[in-house]
Amino acid sequence: MTTLEQSGTGAGAGSALLSDGRIGTAVGATVDWVTSTDHKKIGRLFTGFGILGMIAVSVIAVIRSLESVADLGAFNAQQLDQLTQLHHFGLALMVALPLTLGLSIAVAPIQVGARAIAFARLALTGFYMWLAGAVLTIVAIVNGGGIGGADSDMVDLFLAAMALMMFGVIASAISVATTILTSRAPGVTMRRVPFLTWTALVQSLALIITAPVVVGLIIYLFVDHRNSALAFGAADGLADWLPRFFTAPVVYIFAIPALGVFAELLPVSMSRRHPMRQLVFTGAALVGVASFAGVTMQKAFPVDFSESGQDVVKSLVVMAFFVGLPLLGIAITLLTSLLVAKPDGSGAPKPRILSPLLFGLLSILLLLLGAGVGVLTQIVDLELSGTAAVEGTVALICLAAALGTLGGLVFWAPKFSGTKPDEKKVLPLALLGALGVVLAGVPGVIAGLADSDSSLFSTLTLIGYALMALTGLAFVGATRGGTSDGTNNPWCAHTLEWSTACPAPADNYEALATVRSAEPELDQLPEGSPS
Amino acid sequence: MTLALPSGPAPAPRRQLLVGSALAGLAGTTLIGGMLAVWLLERQHAVDAGERFPMNYIIPEVATNVMLITLFGLCFFAQWAVYAARRQDRGHTGLALSVVIILGLAFVNAQAFVYSQMEVEIADGIYGALFYALTGTMMAIVIAGLIFTVVAAFRTLGGRDWQSEIVSANALYWYFAAVAYAAVWFVVYVTK
Repeated sequence: MTTLEQSGTGAGAGSALLSDGRIGTAVGATVDWVTSTDHKKIGRLFTGFGILGMIAVSVIAVIRSLESVADLGAFNAQQLDQLTQLHHFGLALMVALPLTLGLSIAVAPIQVGARAIAFARLALTGFYMWLAGAVLTIVAIVNGGGIGGADSDMVDLFLAAMALMMFGVIASAISVATTILTSRAPGVTMRRVPFLTWTALVQSLALIITAPVVVGLIIYLFVDHRNSALAFGAADGLADWLPRFFTAPVVYIFAIPALGVFAELLPVSMSRRHPMRQLVFTGAALVGVASFAGVTMQKAFPVDFSESGQDVVKSLVVMAFFVGLPLLGIAITLLTSLLVAKPDGSGAPKPRILSPLLFGLLSILLLLLGAGVGVLTQIVDLELSGTAAVEGTVALICLAAALGTLGGLVFWAPKFSGTKPDEKKVLPLALLGALGVVLAGVPGVIAGLADSDSSLFSTLTLIGYALMALTGLAFVGATRGGTSDGTNNPWCAHTLEWSTACPAPADNYEALATVRSAEPELDQLPEGSPS
Repeated sequence: MTLALPSGPAPAPRRQLLVGSALAGLAGTTLIGGMLAVWLLERQHAVDAGERFPMNYIIPEVATNVMLITLFGLCFFAQWAVYAARRQDRGHTGLALSVVIILGLAFVNAQAFVYSQMEVEIADGIYGALFYALTGTMMAIVIAGLIFTVVAAFRTLGGRDWQSEIVSANALYWYFAAVAYAAVWFVVYVTK
């Protein structure tokens, strides 16, 4: 800094910046962020780019829908196809995945009482691999390199970029899972880990199981496409293999931490302990079953009711395992969490309507809707395969996951920035976002069910994505600033991370509180206090 | 919260490297497992179409069998390194890790020999692309293991603190690599 101050002797704004060291400070802060091994910063890098991805993907969807509704003629058929792919891959890999994985990286280590994330440099490298892969994927698709693209070299780049992204995801997932398994503070047993941490573990393990299968497939596709294109066909042949990992039921994996956000926030809102924690754990684990759908390399587990009874039963069992269990898991998580709201005469304080809870509640309801529609898409007789219903389902699940994550970012903001966002500004965004998710996903589902290509559905989808873009932009604005009440626990939350300062120090804890239950902050209350 | 005493040192993570390596091994297992599944599917398609898979190539079975024996032998030496490291026996740890590196290099050499003997054309039909993709991935796993072993050797022998956990993690990785290659060996080189 001294060097910059000495050099700032010229005239003008630039020299003024130099003279008071603001450029030096900005450069220093930037370097600190991009090289940081603090898990809170790595996680926020992921979520920051996830929000950026949400805005970008929404804008792409708006452009695509506008072209469809108004027939502007700005794009030819192939360019429209590439836009569709960018939207589809973007929803899963550039919106839902970075948001939920980033929240896990930012919050899970501090929740279990760890001083740092395991393999912090691996987690940071994972972020950069994901980011580089995402940028190269966009470059490749924009230049006609997506599935069915005309430029062969760009198709190769697209495949390589996808593999890079998946390697980054695997690296970060290993970091999260290892932290939760090995770095828990004394007293934080696996039965006592917070719900978000549990869902982060389930998601990480599911990614560690599923993502390498995608990588293996991409290696085959790349080698084949680069040389002979005989085994899997040319670019069109990729369409049979690659998209299956970015549709339901595999996309449920990207949404698992959103369940944890809701399960974590409801007891806080009710100021009570959760009575059936193990059932919530079971529910989240059942959603993780979707990972097995990923390793089977099938995109559908259809049931054809025109077949014989025995065949229908056989295919129903398979569908129930791959598609039904995630639906059941989401339902279990929702219903058992709602038990917290049941009055028990213990004199608990009046429930509080917390803005992050609204995000979480709307998110899990939309996930339930998405999972329900996901089951319908597997029934052959409904003939929904390849229709807008499938795309609508993916949009519902991915955007609902994003909505839940936004709630989590609001809730844990005091641990990141030291200030609690203004709830009056944030609360309407939950409603706006939920409306956006419904309009972005449901019209496609109805269009698929009704076998209609009416422009009304495209118009509603356009409005939905426009609302999502608006939600993303407004969220960034609304969460800047905020207030601090000077306490460690402005939400009166229950878990261990609320015992440390706001913002949390780089190594998370000055001193660890004694953990005797799943809600150590409630244990600090005087005897007889409502719990 | 008022604390009567200053806080103690941070609790040490429990076997972080070992768990991380186990998770990496799990990822590698699904990577190879997925690739083998696609291999079997494509082979079935070829057989159903009345073609021979692997076409007209002659597999040098001696070399591929030696590669399998090499990897399992490598596991023995990796475990020897663990045994020595736990006893803080610097000499034997270094010797065992050196042998691991030599055997790993021997595996890579043998794979290159197999490539040169089989002369599979990568752009010549379905088999070429699948063969190089699968065996190349397996070779990348072994090369990653070699790098891991070199790092383990430096950190164990040249580090400020004696670390036996990284040697255990290294051995665990090689067990995974050996099992993965056993599957590749059976599917690619034995089953015809």
